[in-house]
Amino acid sequence: MWRDAALVGGKDLRVEWHSRVAAMQVAPYAVVVLLLFGFAFDQDHALLTQAAPGLFWVAVLLSSLLAVQRSYAIESSDGARDGLRLTGLDPAGIFLGKAAAVAAQLLLLEVLLGFGVVVLFGTRLHDPALLVVSALAATVGLAAAGTVYGMVASGLRVRETLLPMLILPVVAPVLLGATQCWMAALGSARTDGWKWLSLLAAFGAIYTALGVVSFSTLVEET
Amino acid sequence: MDQVIRFRSAVALAGRFPVLAGIDVDVALGDVVLVRGANGAGKTSLLRACAGLLRVVAGEATVLGCDLVADQRAVRRRVGLLGHQTGLYEEMTPAENLRFALRAARRPPAAAGPALEILGITGRLATTPVGSLSAGQGRRVAIASLVSRDPELWLLDEPHAGLDPDHRDVLDRLIEGAAARGRTVVMASHETERVAPLARRTVTLSGGAVDASAEGARGGTVAVAATDAVVTGVA
Repeated sequence: MWRDAALVGGKDLRVEWHSRVAAMQVAPYAVVVLLLFGFAFDQDHALLTQAAPGLFWVAVLLSSLLAVQRSYAIESSDGARDGLRLTGLDPAGIFLGKAAAVAAQLLLLEVLLGFGVVVLFGTRLHDPALLVVSALAATVGLAAAGTVYGMVASGLRVRETLLPMLILPVVAPVLLGATQCWMAALGSARTDGWKWLSLLAAFGAIYTALGVVSFSTLVEET
Repeated sequence: MDQVIRFRSAVALAGRFPVLAGIDVDVALGDVVLVRGANGAGKTSLLRACAGLLRVVAGEATVLGCDLVADQRAVRRRVGLLGHQTGLYEEMTPAENLRFALRAARRPPAAAGPALEILGITGRLATTPVGSLSAGQGRRVAIASLVSRDPELWLLDEPHAGLDPDHRDVLDRLIEGAAARGRTVVMASHETERVAPLARRTVTLSGGAVDASAEGARGGTVAVAATDAVVTGVA
């Protein structure tokens, strides 16, 4: 399973390296979203600073939809999905590989947006460990849930509009937990961020387990 | 194992439509079979069912000793399907596509180079993304992928489609070579004049079932005749 995951994850990242979709489309999209938020709150800088963690994670969340859609779009070209099924790779490994590739792209995006939040919104770092750990946990949850629901939507003609409807309600806990963690890490709220970290960890663990268990059925039935 | 494919009253559905409607087919080890029939007869569906991509919901379906009704995934690594689409990743080069397929099949990635060379995918072509190749070149890459894996069962759907005359000859030699090595080959094709001399047997499908079966003499003209393998299907 792990070898298959490494193979699929490497393949997805190689495709992304060649196509540059994340670099040329997803990242600029996320930056634009963040800038728009900045313009919207420009008159109240104090509110902007306080809302920065939530705005950051909304931008990441919206970008994750593009990343997940892209992850399955590469499998729809010229029968590649049937080709992947014919390889006989472990479906759990396929899930872990695709989720890992999505997570890797999201992490790079978060580093980019993190600089943007600091520079544009004037935030300050109080607890870098909480910031990093919560970002990792949230990213795992987003990637895992996105990969599961991306497979559900991928076999349908209305996948582009269905995917947001499937994912956004489900990842609300990630948005909530990650925002609280980052508010604590950036000192914009007096909350124990480490307690919210357990929500993120549980969400990530649940959807990773769900993906590992269910992907075989999802691949065949969708 | 002498029998590579055994279908008995096998039914496969596309949605609610029976694309295989109670088909009976036997293919022996090392056999080269031409499957022919009108559009919609079930040729592609038969090949996809043998590859484990189309679920058999009723009857018996065994390929390479794997019960497809119980587990359609078990046989996939042991077969190679050349379908209407290439199954390749357009952003990756031919060499990258083949190495991925070989690693997935637990085969040495080094087999990619010789296979691409046989199909004339060398030099600039080998390092060009598949999406930038012509349809015929992409088809050759797909064939190279199958050749490099050299599976036990070759399932070829309109194998000569899109190929120029030189590479049609190359493909014919590859099929003959596979048969000589003991591989089993099942080909679906409308180009009976081209493919029939390669086949030892011809099966005709109609309405998702076998309509008639004929023995084809290798190297000669196929004479369609009823044999002891005549079966009837339920449309």
